[in-house]
Amino acid sequence: MIPELGHFSLVLAFVLSLVQAVVPLVGASRNRAALMAVGRPAAQGQFFFVAFSFACLTWAFISSDFSVQYVALHSNTATPLYYRITGVWGSHEGSLLLWALVLAVWTVAVTVFSRHLPDVFLARVLGVLGCVSVGFLAFLLVTSNPFERLLPGAPEGRDLNPLLQDPGMIIHPPLLYMGYVGFSVAFAFAIAALLSGRMDAAWARWSRPWTTVAWVFLTAGITVGSGWAYYELGWGGWWFWDPVENASFMPWLLGTALIHSLAVTEKRGAFRSWTVLLAIGAFSLSLLGTFLVRSGVITSVHAFATDPKRGLFILFLLVVVIGVSLLLYAWRAPRLSGGGSFAFVSRETALLGNNVLLSVASASVLLGTLYPLFLDALGMGKISVGPPYFEAVFVPLMTPVVVLMMFGPFLRWKGDTLGPALRRVAPAFIASIAIGVGAALAIGHATPRTMLGLALATWVVLASVQQLAARLGERPGASSAVRLRGIPSAWWGMWLAHLGIGVFIIGVTLVGSLNQSLDVKMREGQHAELAGYSFVFRGVQDAAGPNFDAARATLTVSRDGVGIATLQPEKRVYRAQGMPMTEAAIDIGPFRDVYVSLGEQLPDGSWIVSLYYKPFISWIWLGCALMVLGGICAAADRRYRKLAERDAPAVAARQTA
Amino acid sequence: MKAKFLVPLFLFLGLAGFLAFGLTLNPREVPSPLIDKPAPAFSLARVDDPAQQFSLADMRGKVWLLNVWASWCVACRQEHPVLVDLARRNLVPVVGLNYKEVRGDGQLDARGMALDAETGLAVERARRWLGEHGNPYTLSVLDIDGRVGIDFGVYGVPETFLIDGNGKIRYKHIGPITPENLQQVILPKVEEVRRAG
Repeated sequence: MIPELGHFSLVLAFVLSLVQAVVPLVGASRNRAALMAVGRPAAQGQFFFVAFSFACLTWAFISSDFSVQYVALHSNTATPLYYRITGVWGSHEGSLLLWALVLAVWTVAVTVFSRHLPDVFLARVLGVLGCVSVGFLAFLLVTSNPFERLLPGAPEGRDLNPLLQDPGMIIHPPLLYMGYVGFSVAFAFAIAALLSGRMDAAWARWSRPWTTVAWVFLTAGITVGSGWAYYELGWGGWWFWDPVENASFMPWLLGTALIHSLAVTEKRGAFRSWTVLLAIGAFSLSLLGTFLVRSGVITSVHAFATDPKRGLFILFLLVVVIGVSLLLYAWRAPRLSGGGSFAFVSRETALLGNNVLLSVASASVLLGTLYPLFLDALGMGKISVGPPYFEAVFVPLMTPVVVLMMFGPFLRWKGDTLGPALRRVAPAFIASIAIGVGAALAIGHATPRTMLGLALATWVVLASVQQLAARLGERPGASSAVRLRGIPSAWWGMWLAHLGIGVFIIGVTLVGSLNQSLDVKMREGQHAELAGYSFVFRGVQDAAGPNFDAARATLTVSRDGVGIATLQPEKRVYRAQGMPMTEAAIDIGPFRDVYVSLGEQLPDGSWIVSLYYKPFISWIWLGCALMVLGGICAAADRRYRKLAERDAPAVAARQTA
Repeated sequence: MKAKFLVPLFLFLGLAGFLAFGLTLNPREVPSPLIDKPAPAFSLARVDDPAQQFSLADMRGKVWLLNVWASWCVACRQEHPVLVDLARRNLVPVVGLNYKEVRGDGQLDARGMALDAETGLAVERARRWLGEHGNPYTLSVLDIDGRVGIDFGVYGVPETFLIDGNGKIRYKHIGPITPENLQQVILPKVEEVRRAG
């Protein structure tokens, strides 16, 4: 009964999304307040029914209702409760339902925080979001109904993919979807601007916090996913340039360009059509990512089930949503051009340069991801594109991005003179190169890659310090506490996020250069040495989890005779699917991780053990965490709330005039 | 409407065209240059009795499947019940090519292992696996160093070759066989080859 209620509720949500898509847009074009006012309750009602439907599916999982096919395939009575709940989004149907729920959450958030938006504008934003909802709810109902019955019901379920039975998987998909789908708000704002034909500083100011929050979620989601791959896949890698990872990274790159472009549009009125194009692009890449992951056109380690009907449906959705938006863009964007002019040497140019580079980077990831498909379609053979391509393309593109990123804030808006600006940054820049090369020599790994990485990271850190000093020096005479408080939270956001890039580069560079690993055969009492650490194998015991049996090894790690950690890597076999999994054990430290994973047992009773020494790997996550923190600071700036209140009446007056 | 503002739309439509075409392709399907060519000759030790050899010529006159497998191959575990079911229905003989049983296992370091020690370990692992999961094979042979696999152009396990009575490869299936693959593609091909030859 409850699954049927869930299904019915999804149908009601679909009907409400149709209302939300059509009525407010018609109202906005005819300027009928009564029709426009329908948007808000329709969106909230749609959210209620999607959430109810999601709750029904969750209940089917919690109560192990194996007469629902999706539950029978992805859960088991022995699965722990929290993995039964996360099993809801463990596969195709449920993750699409999560997609729809997240979209509804964002839409409701717009209705709640939109008190200062003009009615016409809000009606258009909700209408556009409604159109996206219609597409996804139809997709769910037509091709991917999660409530499909399995009659007679299965006596026992097949359990969730063991790879997904991990704490990281509890939060990774919701965070990632909040990010992906969050760009739909920026997209809806952009389409609403194209429809109304007006786009001013107030528009950019409304869009900015939404876009930044979506970016924060996407950054956090990608970070958690990368951390999950690091400790769950058992060989210590943290990024694989896998098509599914690329699918989340492309919108991130374009979203990063978008938040910077929005800053220019707000402050200087420039880049307007470019900002709109980026907003359309970021959301389009989110949709494209969904298509790539769900259609099976590209093989990936994530290996999702492929069904040509689903692929065709998403492609159709993609063509309608993106095609119509770009057509609208071609029609209306010419009116948006213009805005503040700027000289060649100016902060605008630095931001534009970085925007272009980030877009090119995004396009090159897209090219690498789709290249095998292009060649295949042209009958030119089957190939695969691996990390060497992405690394070869990415380093040269990102190097100028990082240099410009720290140089830009030293330039004035509108126009500056190059000479004095260069003199301001020259000492830090030259020092960075010297320190980068020196540090690479000092650690005995003087490759061009290490030198470049360390020099760039030093540049970020030194320039950050210099920017902070300059900012604090702006109000001479005031106490340092007053000066610190005088800096707006948005500035701290930029500062922290940029610093995060520097910390991230240090992590990537050093783990790439100084990483060490060793595969050894070990039996009880034997020891092995790696990177100055001594590992003693203390034997293997059997251990049983709720839905798996494990062999758990114990190793003690010491350095110079001082005990550091006891690590217990496991080799698990999940009972329902008979699938073996390695569960690595990691001693996490600020400057290095010691990572151990357990391999096969050999016929002579010894075990294969993989030992890894990963210097500075936590700095990768720390850098990402700083970027997230920076994004939060930027979105929380008081200015948005105050200015939104001040602008609202003026804009509303203009809209109705 | 200025032309330059149409550029994104046209780029996207071009991309969508490729994606639509991509949906009709199977990225796992790699055409084998060996189709309709004589299968590479081999003679290898049998898993059930390593002292005995099995060679391609032994199957002359029969239409049969050569299935490449290994105990470390996770996808083989997925396809195995399909093969066991096929064997029970006795529709077509399946010979197993146990591919790099020891040195193909990423979790094991076989460097420095003597060849007969490796063969012994491979036999033991292969038998244990067949014991646990059921043996659908008429017989299995050991491709310890993977040379025969290379001759057949194997690049991933499992793969399955359909070989006719003249020893020619007539069809190649890459990846685990699903019940649908078996029913809709492989068994009809077997019938077709039998009728033709």
